[in-house]
Amino acid sequence: MKLIYVNEEWCLACHLCEYNCAFANSGVRDMVTALKGKPIFPRIHIEGDEKISFAVSCRHCTDPICVKSCIAGAISKSDGVVRIDREKCVGCLTCVLVCPFGALSPGEDGIMQKCELCIQNSFDEPACVKGCPNKAIVYEEREGNK
Amino acid sequence: MNRYIIIGNGTAAVGCIEGIRSNDSEGSIIVISQENHAVYCRPLISYFLEDRTNIEKMNYRASDFYQKSGCTVIYGKTAVKIDTVAKQVFLDDATALPYTKLCVATGSSPFIPNFEGIENVNNKFTFMTIDDAIALKKTITKESKVLIIGAGLIGLKCAEGLHDKAGSITVCDLADRVLSSILDNDCAAIMQKHLEENNISFLLRDTAVKFEKNTAIMKSGKKINFDILVLAVGVKPNTDIIKNASGKIGRGIIVNEFMKTSLTDVYAAGDCTESLDASSESMKIMALMPNAYMQGHTAGVNMGGGNRKLNNMIPMNSIGFFGLHAMTAGSCFGEYIEENNEGYVKRFYINNGYLTGFMLVGKTERAGIYTSLIREKTPISEINFDMLKKVATSAAFSTEIRKKKFGGVI
Repeated sequence: MKLIYVNEEWCLACHLCEYNCAFANSGVRDMVTALKGKPIFPRIHIEGDEKISFAVSCRHCTDPICVKSCIAGAISKSDGVVRIDREKCVGCLTCVLVCPFGALSPGEDGIMQKCELCIQNSFDEPACVKGCPNKAIVYEEREGNK
Repeated sequence: MNRYIIIGNGTAAVGCIEGIRSNDSEGSIIVISQENHAVYCRPLISYFLEDRTNIEKMNYRASDFYQKSGCTVIYGKTAVKIDTVAKQVFLDDATALPYTKLCVATGSSPFIPNFEGIENVNNKFTFMTIDDAIALKKTITKESKVLIIGAGLIGLKCAEGLHDKAGSITVCDLADRVLSSILDNDCAAIMQKHLEENNISFLLRDTAVKFEKNTAIMKSGKKINFDILVLAVGVKPNTDIIKNASGKIGRGIIVNEFMKTSLTDVYAAGDCTESLDASSESMKIMALMPNAYMQGHTAGVNMGGGNRKLNNMIPMNSIGFFGLHAMTAGSCFGEYIEENNEGYVKRFYINNGYLTGFMLVGKTERAGIYTSLIREKTPISEINFDMLKKVATSAAFSTEIRKKKFGGVI
């Protein structure tokens, strides 16, 4: 299946992916209304320093340790996608303690959120990929991933 | 056809069921559940107290989980004996159940010291099960004066859960600090101050020695009146069933990296076990939910005919009170490297070129990057630790490692 992969040599640290992600998951139709003047809580974020930058979002691991570790039974994997049930999550941060990628973070309400490949929202492909101006994030099949 | 029996119905049991089914879809699975509840998220009982979750949401698995997994659950019964020769488990009603592979996932029980006069205390509770939490929630009123014995993870989560429902909450502990099993003096002091700012009172280096009805007589001579008493002194692993079958136990049931006990075809997983802590390379009870699942899963895979090792378990905790989070992992002994600023402390313990433990209070973003260094035994020399100690980021890794992490299939 297709997953999100990062080409860090192309990343400009423009942070557009963060804005596109926050917008895609806002449930609001207009980007300005959704984001202007508000703190954003994207499910992808840019890390790095002056030399290198790259986008971090859920890797949808083959054997996800967050699923095994969630004390609320809120994280599960189905159809290749690691998902979180925000109704069940209590914000204990155990998933933050175990994710080796730093891919989970709390939303505005303190409840955890993560990349679910834009399958639950109105976008049919990940908004971060669609909006990346330099193909530093791609959505594709790669060897070893079925 | 295999006949699997799992004694216990908690997280480790679920891991075991899912592990068995990853290898064997045919064999029968019987789960013996002492509690009259389908598996639920035990650590959420404090969130249940404060209405941040409810019974339905606390289900650890969907309601058709047992059915879909081909399991029969026997509720309200206790396994009392294992006959390892005849390969049978006996229940408290004398039923004998034959097994080909057995997993003991009996968890732990509250440890209650022999306090003089405790039998005359009316409203006394332990805080381990959903039934404990339901009973406590029914009894508490806005006027209740609550005394909690034990300032560990269980006692303090209970205090947080009762915060908006009680008149006053006092927590006592013989230790000199809160959360003494996971935090050092400085980090515990930060957490204690935060708890005190949220109206939790403490009596440390002090504990009850006897009770006169609703008054606790403390070691210091102080007398404390209460309406509700919560006993959260500690827990002890439920090991008797293995001990009585002459299996090897320490403080917990001894398991190897395949989750096998010393008894043939008997596995064990979860809070009842003692296993190898990869960060200190010593045998430890690591009673926490992620490990319970992983141990159970490993046991299940192997019971179902697989050959899987689990050799990277470490103690780890993520715990927060009133919005202040602390995380610890591995072994926090000896010299440490500290990063601190307004509102946070991070302490890193490095031994022989490897990160072996950390303690974080107030700044916990992406802490799993630190945890992975301990679990995966990454040499500090391979990473930019000066960068990493300030901010948990994969930027501290080499380009090659990052390429694998974010460009490869994980």
